[in-house]
Amino acid sequence: MSLKLLRQGLGARPPRMWHDRPLKDHYDVVIIGGGAHGLACAYYLARDHGITNVAIVDKSYIGAGGSGRNTAIIRSNYLTPEGVQFYDASVKLYEGLAQDLDFNVMFSQRGHLTLAHNDGSVRTMRRRAEVNKLQGVDSRLVFPDELSRICPQLDLSDSPRFPILGALYHPPGGIIRHDAVVWGYARGADQRGVDIHQYTEVTGIDVANGTATGVRTSRGNVSAGIVVSATAGWASNVAAMVDLQLPLDTFPLQACVTEPLKPFLDVVVVSGSLHVYVSQSDRGELVMGASVDPYTSYSMAGSLDFLEGLAGHVLELMPFLSKARILRQWAGLCEMPPDFSPLMGITPVDNFLLDAGWGTYGFKASPICGKTMAELIATRRTPDLLHPFRLSRFAEYDQVGEKGAASVGH
Amino acid sequence: MMRLECPNCGVRNTAEFRYGGEYNPRPAATMEAAEAEWIDYLYQRKNSMGVQIEWWYHRSGCGTWFLVERDRRNNEVARTWRWQPDAAVPTEERTS
Repeated sequence: MSLKLLRQGLGARPPRMWHDRPLKDHYDVVIIGGGAHGLACAYYLARDHGITNVAIVDKSYIGAGGSGRNTAIIRSNYLTPEGVQFYDASVKLYEGLAQDLDFNVMFSQRGHLTLAHNDGSVRTMRRRAEVNKLQGVDSRLVFPDELSRICPQLDLSDSPRFPILGALYHPPGGIIRHDAVVWGYARGADQRGVDIHQYTEVTGIDVANGTATGVRTSRGNVSAGIVVSATAGWASNVAAMVDLQLPLDTFPLQACVTEPLKPFLDVVVVSGSLHVYVSQSDRGELVMGASVDPYTSYSMAGSLDFLEGLAGHVLELMPFLSKARILRQWAGLCEMPPDFSPLMGITPVDNFLLDAGWGTYGFKASPICGKTMAELIATRRTPDLLHPFRLSRFAEYDQVGEKGAASVGH
Repeated sequence: MMRLECPNCGVRNTAEFRYGGEYNPRPAATMEAAEAEWIDYLYQRKNSMGVQIEWWYHRSGCGTWFLVERDRRNNEVARTWRWQPDAAVPTEERTS
């Protein structure tokens, strides 16, 4: 045991990982939203580009939104080459993140299964597997004989209503401690001089001659060289502050955990047809989620409908869970774009940048979003990885259709 | 569970309905509308955190499409009414 640990254990107050600092009059970059995306952007701005006069402002505590509400699944087995490249770059950053941040983010690459229950799904999984392989991502189609060795817990008989015909197997996929990612980035950014302002709500954005010049907050006004919106479900409201409408609809997405069980499930299981995903956390809880709620809302109230539907579908896959009890449920906000791909980069308002449209798939992209947004800010040029996700793609009829791989609700 | 009042059938469980998106009138001059106007109509949404006028469809009921005024912060429904082709366009000024 190190001396430091002993001293802190004996009552000395442990050092804070980030600090409350006074709000300055000017920042080179103001990032709205203190989630994993915004914090990662600040971290890479400071670490890779030496831009440290940066502020994160958040109306709540850091990680209070999507970063603390997702089901912490990491994968890159998407459907389009653009999507696969982007998410794969993110997985690679996640693989080195604990070293980079000197903070244990508990990334467990335990493998990821996307089940197919009908011929159409098998065909889609085959297509995804081939697109993934072309991009160098470990991903392949497996059938019940191999599936029974990877995940013997699944009911692979033909007795369920929708028997399992095969699965897309993605060995590098897994789960992570999502709060640790937020805290690690926050600590890394704070150490490099970034100001993290919690409980500081942005009430307006100043625009002069089509250029964003600063933000008004509940703690005072700040002038800014660049304003970045990284606010997950709330992006339409931030964009409205600069008179911009976005192609987004905000839906609640619910999730739940069971009471802790003995470790029995060492792979992430997803079924698009049954609208369900389930993994077992290091604490033994089963973390489970489904598709977004049936109507848009900013309310994060949970519903019994969700629990009933989810439980029915999980029992189709693993009937032996019928006695497991639900410990808690919650909801987060997901802003869904029409093509299930994000809205990233420049906007018609100069110096106002978007990191938005992250629907139900934002957390897994946090590191690469932060890195590419930081590069865009530092070099003033859109990185190749971001180009497919530009806001103008809708007017250019150049969407990146990811629905088949990004959601379970189709 | 939120309940909705169908203008035809009365108050029912939302499981009977399908949400149809925010009210977003088509460009008035259908044939002459500029391309940018169509792109706005197809993709751009207010997605406001407040009162919204929106479409609902009574799927497991009478099949009526109707309009609902709902506060998206707490899902409180202020009114529901039947859409009329010649009626005045619902005003967004009601959003507070």
